[in-house]
Amino acid sequence: MPSHIAPSRPIVLEPSRGWVSINLRKLWQYHELLYFLSWRDVKVRYKQTALGAAWAIMQPVLTMVLFSIFFGKLAKMPSDGVPYPLFAYTALVPWTLFANALTQSSNSLVQNANLLKKVYFPRLVMPISSVISGSVDFLCAFVALAAMMLYYGALPSANIVWLPFLLILAFGTALGVGLWLSAVNVQFRDVRHAMPFLTQLWLFATPIAYPSSLLSEPWRTFYGVNPMVGVVEGFRWALLGTKTVPGPILIVSTAVMLLILVSGAFYFRRMERTFADTV
Amino acid sequence: MADSIVRVEALGKRYRIGGKQAGYRTLRDTIMNTLTAPFRSGAHRIPKKGEPAMTSDEAFWALKNVTFDIAPGEVVGIIGRNGAGKSTLLKILSEITEPTEGRVEIGGRVASLLEVGTGFHPELTGRENVYLNGAILGMKRVEIEEKFDEIVAFSEVERFIDTPIKHYSSGMHVRLAFAVAAHLEPEILIVDEVLAVGDLAFQSKCLKRMQSLKGKGMTILLVSHNMAAIQSCCSRAVLLENGGVCADGKVLEVIQRYQHTLERHEASTSEHRASENGMRNSFGAEIVKCHMFGDSGDNRRQFEFGEAVRVRIDLRVEQRIPNPMINVGLKRADGVIVCNFNNWYDGFKVDFLEGSCTLEGWLPELRLLPGFYEVHVLLWHWGGGHIPGDMARAMPIVARRFGELHISGPAFNHHDGVFQVPAKKWLFTRNGSGVEYTGMTSQSIWRAFDEIVSEPANAAD
Repeated sequence: MPSHIAPSRPIVLEPSRGWVSINLRKLWQYHELLYFLSWRDVKVRYKQTALGAAWAIMQPVLTMVLFSIFFGKLAKMPSDGVPYPLFAYTALVPWTLFANALTQSSNSLVQNANLLKKVYFPRLVMPISSVISGSVDFLCAFVALAAMMLYYGALPSANIVWLPFLLILAFGTALGVGLWLSAVNVQFRDVRHAMPFLTQLWLFATPIAYPSSLLSEPWRTFYGVNPMVGVVEGFRWALLGTKTVPGPILIVSTAVMLLILVSGAFYFRRMERTFADTV
Repeated sequence: MADSIVRVEALGKRYRIGGKQAGYRTLRDTIMNTLTAPFRSGAHRIPKKGEPAMTSDEAFWALKNVTFDIAPGEVVGIIGRNGAGKSTLLKILSEITEPTEGRVEIGGRVASLLEVGTGFHPELTGRENVYLNGAILGMKRVEIEEKFDEIVAFSEVERFIDTPIKHYSSGMHVRLAFAVAAHLEPEILIVDEVLAVGDLAFQSKCLKRMQSLKGKGMTILLVSHNMAAIQSCCSRAVLLENGGVCADGKVLEVIQRYQHTLERHEASTSEHRASENGMRNSFGAEIVKCHMFGDSGDNRRQFEFGEAVRVRIDLRVEQRIPNPMINVGLKRADGVIVCNFNNWYDGFKVDFLEGSCTLEGWLPELRLLPGFYEVHVLLWHWGGGHIPGDMARAMPIVARRFGELHISGPAFNHHDGVFQVPAKKWLFTRNGSGVEYTGMTSQSIWRAFDEIVSEPANAAD
């Protein structure tokens, strides 16, 4: 029989009070919807654009060019012994993934207001699918990164096996913040106006244009409370073999990411009941 | 109860209303409210956890104390005036919004159709949208794949299935959307006013599909303002009024009850309307009442098939209206104008109207097929001229809609037309020898109908 909503016992609909569980099992029942919504976002993103998916590469590449001119050439920013363009671009690839995922997921509920009002599905599907849809852009940008590494003759170290973990860290942070902001956005549209400012601020609070080695310990480890510090430094360490092992940073970053993600999920679930009425 | 598939107990839903747009606040408002709250006088109620603070004048109960059970396989119509709480009820049942109080138990897979084509994306092709929309409505991917050809055939847009739907006509758009929805196979289907979209052909297609789902034993909840559709689909109806259940029972009885509440509502607003009319027409003319009577002069709204109906219109006119034309029109629930009765058309001239006047028309045995018909009364003024048919010179003065006329009998659908009159005579010839038949009566149609329905029902489509 059809439909994946297959209750073994009756569904009970009651007013909920206070905090509710995240209910991952129900979320899993809707994994196909998750897939279809991400797929839709990917399909639609570059429709009716002249450059199409090239935008996915151009965004980080153009930023890299700017950074190389202003920070690399003019400000003579140190770059941990790596050519500055490669140094910046390696950080910009996960950063672009993060920034886009964050923006998309923060707007996901408001953008899909008609769905919220007309159909039931676990609302968590919405921000999660918009975070996932960013991964295609990431793949495009990553291919360009591989080409650039070849050009500069930089071979990745064995640490590259950590890359998936670093990606999860980036996704988790984007989703965690996205959960908070998307739920707030339903009630306060201020979020939409604050988003560009927030991402810009966060960009400079992350060692993309500069290395985190400018800081001395223990500040460097403490810097990891911004989880993107762990991601960016991790990427450089795994792909370019920069000397600084980001172990302690990564532990701090992961802990903070988990904190944001779990609290975001609970906050989201708590606010969920009013979404259809307020959006 | 183990034998109910949907169980609604003391359900209530509260919304905020009031000066501020409901629930949509800006951060600044909230901060200001929080800061100034301690200094405001009165109502220092601390809200319970998870409950928004609300005073009674900004709270509005869209639903209050709604209780009913639905047995598996039942097809239930939810009716009521706009704002009675129908859509809120469906939203709660489809888990889109939470109830404020009470509970609902649902013992089966639910698919709800509050809109056709939810989530359709204009940039995607028809094919892609079928998959997307199917997933949104709760179908599994393999299931959509299985039914894909069927869905496309049903929608009649095969040629354009790989075209982005932003290039579709609105008709194609609706057909494709409905085709997806029609292939849902949940245990409980919740439908909100979907029948209101599309043309008559589309509506009857929807109805047909609904009948066939009903045949498969699906439990269906249907909200509609189309009484004919409710009557032909549902065995039971629930009437909501001001957020509460006002009547629950056999579909015909509940619909009649609904008609009565509509009339009461109309009566209560008619005085207000009279003054409104007075401003608009210079004659101070008003159509006060429109009564309907049976053959024996009994005042009622419900008639049997083939019965004669008498209509009496009470008018009050301040300024003399010479050569008035009074028109009584019947309109079927789906908007088709059935016929008009008119003193001018029938050659009956009234020299003028003044003071209180009454016109009574004895309508013929209309033989309208069972269903609901709106009664419209229109008063025209012939601008001085006396040329019948010169509509350009006629000026409408007042028009009013007077409830509905209900013809009872077995359920027909719109394919059967508006009325049924037997032929005057049938002549049949075979190999030279003929039979003549003139024995039809007004009852023949029911006998024939009974024979048709007693045949084993073959699926509606």
